Amino acid sequence: MTIETIGRTVLDEVVPARAPWAGVVPRGHTLRIVDLGGNQAVDFLVYNDHDPAERYSAPDTIVAQRNIFLVPGSVLLSNEGTSMMTLTASTCARHDTIGGACSKESNTLRYGFHTKHQHACIENFLLAHSWRGMGKRDMTSNVNWFMNVPVDPDGTLGIVDGISAPGLSLDLRAEMDVLVVISNCPQVNNPCNGFDPTPVRIVIEEPPP
Amino acid sequence: METTSTTTGARAHARAQAAATSPYGPRLPARDATDLPAGVHSDAVLWVETVGPGGYVARRLPCGATVRLTDVDGDACANLLVYSARNPIERLNVADTVKVQWQAYLGPGALLLSDQGRVLMSIVTDTSTRHDALCGVSTLRSNTEKYGAGDVSGAAPNGRDQFAVAVAKFGLTRRDVVPNVNLFKHVRVLEDGELWFDPAPAEAGAFVELRAEQPVYLVVANTPHVLDPRPDYIVTPLGIVAWRGSPTTRADARWSATPEAERAFLNTEDARLEDDE
Repeated sequence: MTIETIGRTVLDEVVPARAPWAGVVPRGHTLRIVDLGGNQAVDFLVYNDHDPAERYSAPDTIVAQRNIFLVPGSVLLSNEGTSMMTLTASTCARHDTIGGACSKESNTLRYGFHTKHQHACIENFLLAHSWRGMGKRDMTSNVNWFMNVPVDPDGTLGIVDGISAPGLSLDLRAEMDVLVVISNCPQVNNPCNGFDPTPVRIVIEEPPP
Repeated sequence: METTSTTTGARAHARAQAAATSPYGPRLPARDATDLPAGVHSDAVLWVETVGPGGYVARRLPCGATVRLTDVDGDACANLLVYSARNPIERLNVADTVKVQWQAYLGPGALLLSDQGRVLMSIVTDTSTRHDALCGVSTLRSNTEKYGAGDVSGAAPNGRDQFAVAVAKFGLTRRDVVPNVNLFKHVRVLEDGELWFDPAPAEAGAFVELRAEQPVYLVVANTPHVLDPRPDYIVTPLGIVAWRGSPTTRADARWSATPEAERAFLNTEDARLEDDE
């Protein structure tokens, strides 16, 4: 893990394709995620760093904004209804809240039992949780940055070709001290990573003076 | 009237209260219930209960049991969580439920999937089809903002705290309260992603029957939907009847209704091989 302190940037590193990442973003700091290769789903969970029982809640977030898509201005709410992070900027038009994370187990339903051995986001999340004494009971529905999940009028939904591109990015301002846990999605059975998982860049910046 | 200033007086006073009745609460023994669904024999009955406004129930159901949830007066909102009773770390996963089935809306034949690629419960009958798998439940904060109060000790209990208390009785904690589904309140996603709550009144007496495909802990709260636009805390009683039965088999059309369902049932069947005989 490379941590550079250059001016206002307190962290700037690349998360390899298929890998997990976890880090604390202090209140007021901004986390930038850059989709280096384009159409790379970034599965994303947020916890109150001082009480991980409080964590990102997809239902509370989408109910508060009355919309399933995350766009600039969207606020990630906790399961107690508290603001955790604000999407202050995004050059990708929208992001997903309902698709959840891929797992070895769900892959068997979606793509067949032969996919059980493939790596998956839940594996990344559980490994990252294990570094901090957290575990499966800390799993909940996650955000999927740069992932495209439309819902048709009859309720049909699915992960379809992405609307991101190389270099598109988003900025999240921490509204409390948060633990961010990321799975740089390794899925190769659907278009969420363009069938080719790629690295993403993570930058944390201090608040402006 | 006995005085309650002595132990014998207090005991007599307490015992005299058993003559009172309430429209809410369990029927015991359950087999004595007379208003059973057609075809359900009293010997098979497992559970009969009415959940009042703001209340909750939590119950273990054996594999194969069917539970009928009835929107008795047309304004119930059944907030559901389901855990595997074999190993409660396996629990409802709403994201997998909608994603794996390529369908955001619950209805007849829908499966409630666990995070382990297995079926927890399947919807075998649904006369409502007005449900929601996206919006979760109210919190102390959201009910306080909307109704002026949200404590479970007050008149507008919030769903999240009711869930936390309910799962605690199975040894689970607040960390185990995951996104839930809601029956009898109708939410749809519009073209631009907007959530639309159907304000039309529901049909009194509509019901949903869910079959436990493995032993489960079923948690049901009955609190107003978070998108319900009415300023008052309005929710009407939820009827519950459960009876013994068998899990879904290959002979059932639902087993192979879709390739995803078939593999989910195969995974569920496979897990039974881990059970002690």
